[in-house]
Amino acid sequence: MARQEKKKDVVIVGLGWTGSIAGIELAQEGLDIVALERGHDQETVPNFEYPQQIDELKYGVRLKMMQKPSQQTLTVRRNDGETALPYRSLGSFLPGNGVGGAGTHWNGLNWRPQEIELKLRSHVLENWGEGIIPEGMDLRDYPVSYDELEPFFTRFEKVAGISGYAGNLNGEIREGGNPFEGWRSEDFPMPPLPTTYDSAKFRDAAKAMGYHPFPASAGIASTSYVNPYGMQMGPCNFCGFCERYGCYQYSKSSPQTAILGALKRMPNFEYRTNSEVLRVDLAEDGKTATGVTYWDEEAGEEVFQPADIVILSSYQLNNVHLMLLSGLGEVYNPLTGEGTLGKNYAYQMNGGISMFFEDDNFNPFVGHGANGMVIDDFSISQNDFGAEGFIGGSYWRSGTFNGQPIRNMPLPKDTPSWGAGWKQGIRKWYGHAMSIGSHGSHMAYANNHLDLDPTYTDRHGRPLMRMTFNWQDNDLRMNQFMKRKMEPLAASMNPDIMQAGFKDIGAQYDVRPYQTTHNTGGHIMSENAREGAVNRYSQTWKAHNVFAMGAGNFVQNTQYNPTGLVGGLAYWTVNAIRTQYLSNPRPLV
Amino acid sequence: MTDLPGYPSRRSFLKATAAGAALSGLAHSASAQQTPQPVSLDDYQREYLNADEWAFIMAATARLIPSEDDGPGAIEARVPVFIDRQLASDYGTADDWYMEGPHDPDADPARGWQTPLNPAEVYRQAIPAFNAWCEQTHGAVFAELAAKQQDAALTSLQKGDVVLAPELREFWGILLANTKEGYFADPQYGGNHDMQSWVYIGFPGARAAYREWPERHNVKYPLGPVSISGERA
Repeated sequence: MARQEKKKDVVIVGLGWTGSIAGIELAQEGLDIVALERGHDQETVPNFEYPQQIDELKYGVRLKMMQKPSQQTLTVRRNDGETALPYRSLGSFLPGNGVGGAGTHWNGLNWRPQEIELKLRSHVLENWGEGIIPEGMDLRDYPVSYDELEPFFTRFEKVAGISGYAGNLNGEIREGGNPFEGWRSEDFPMPPLPTTYDSAKFRDAAKAMGYHPFPASAGIASTSYVNPYGMQMGPCNFCGFCERYGCYQYSKSSPQTAILGALKRMPNFEYRTNSEVLRVDLAEDGKTATGVTYWDEEAGEEVFQPADIVILSSYQLNNVHLMLLSGLGEVYNPLTGEGTLGKNYAYQMNGGISMFFEDDNFNPFVGHGANGMVIDDFSISQNDFGAEGFIGGSYWRSGTFNGQPIRNMPLPKDTPSWGAGWKQGIRKWYGHAMSIGSHGSHMAYANNHLDLDPTYTDRHGRPLMRMTFNWQDNDLRMNQFMKRKMEPLAASMNPDIMQAGFKDIGAQYDVRPYQTTHNTGGHIMSENAREGAVNRYSQTWKAHNVFAMGAGNFVQNTQYNPTGLVGGLAYWTVNAIRTQYLSNPRPLV
Repeated sequence: MTDLPGYPSRRSFLKATAAGAALSGLAHSASAQQTPQPVSLDDYQREYLNADEWAFIMAATARLIPSEDDGPGAIEARVPVFIDRQLASDYGTADDWYMEGPHDPDADPARGWQTPLNPAEVYRQAIPAFNAWCEQTHGAVFAELAAKQQDAALTSLQKGDVVLAPELREFWGILLANTKEGYFADPQYGGNHDMQSWVYIGFPGARAAYREWPERHNVKYPLGPVSISGERA
């Protein structure tokens, strides 16, 4: 018999970016709120303090900020005919753990999608017709437009503390910014960060080829800054420990630096850590939720937490898992196309070129996660899909982000992987290499989806979620296009050696090397209940008092890192709850 | 500044660096900061590995990162100590990993770690198996082979020419990865002794403060490394 806690107005599942946003915005309405966090508590002080945090082995390699597969994981197969096997140790993607979630260990690359990325199906139909959409691709418009989201992107950028330079200020294109970005109603909250040597080389080469370089949009403070909640950030010192680390000096945007300090002071908000939500409990008629049941690690017992509103704000994979376990929609069946939960799982298609300059010093340890200059000249809005034979695009970036030698030791391909040759190679090349990365879109397909595994279970006896995923030709063709376009630019910089790494047609998904923690879809937004799991306000079609936040809402993935869109959608959703739902709880569509 | 239990303070760390010395006006010399020499590898008290395994790790890491030519080898960096301690830790026992069955150790390697064994068990079972192969192929266990034969044996292991049970397939990968980890990780884990590998390649370790450096283009960073515990070199 589960223990029962006192009823709350709102229960929040997962205290990362979206849970923190929901918490503080709904707390401002005077609602009584509890957030349940599976992991531990963590704050800048003492958890991210210098020098303990500057530990590549512990955090970069042993991944001590990440979700432990022993506590929660999933199974993976590459097609419906394969037997899924557990993702036993982390590799390809790294869901976070603890208060702040992935928002504590990210790189700080904060992007808005381009306007047409949110209406990509319409863009394709208008320009090339349905004939160019490959069989099996589920190409969609988001049921919310860029213009509707713009104020909420702006709001998130102010809260998170983003540095950059607007390239499109209310429609005016500004030299030095990104001419291809969606319009901004205001300039960035902070100016861009300084430019490192590799970025400057890339910028100059790109300019010489007629491209349009601009500083990356960074969730990294370039100055001292106070956000709308009164939270303070200090300027980044380029310590080079962003990705996989908490920031020791309040420079990286995170729930800790931007929201949690202010939220914890609100008397109507509380949070409980080591509290893993096991299911959302539905009322007998199945039309609303009554609350959630969670596992209280310390007490070693199940607890029922009743609430009027349930906010699902855990990591995308865990949100979908929880919805599958709770019956918050029908499971998607790729054979019939019926069902909504688990459909349109998407990822990211990335590649890049390493360049070696024997006589140049790049000091690769001087950097930050969102460092660098970028071009969007091959982004989704710039590509002729009909002529090139793919739907998609990418942004290119060059900038040092960590020179940590266990994981970041680029060597020319003919260098032995061990022995005397390796030892000579690391001395010769460490600090003398730079790279350009292509960060590309990933479309949604009928055969990339999520459901429950028939064999493997977690420590609570619940089925693990099962991911069915493989690379698809459309995105691989996009990647090869980027290789063809990037090689001349890299060659124009006259490196001693250059080598490209772009997946080619036929590439099979490999769960071992780290690729990206941009897992999207699975509880997608839709115009109607047949096509997705949530409506345009992230409200589940199944139960109107359950809202599912995060990248699970993406109908297909964009070419950018997801956090900017996740943050914008979170403010958009919470605004709908505040202005439309609280006064009259009901399905908003 | 409040010092929290278990966390060396920023202030005490600064004291141990050149910057701290300048700030505080202390005039202690660099040599005053040298760490005491640890026990020799022969006298080291092993935490996980048995004597035969230790002999193998000593010999294998010495070929993976040899001592000859410039720069430290795995032995000077005390990589064997690192590996022993890692295997005795929650890494060796795979505490963070999902280890429930059923297992399919024969699966395509792209499916990831699928053996039922944890890393410590892989070492325990793979070392005698590899030694047996070395005896059969080269006439002696690995540690007793000449360097050239050792390199040949490791090459065979890398290429998959040494037939090991599928459960031991990950052995080569973790042996090489753990060796490099021990070479480059902070010295608190037992390897990278005196931060020799960081000095060798020019990585400043735990300095992690480069505010004035982003726009010093193509200028080699001049300072040597510091470690988490405040050593400098």
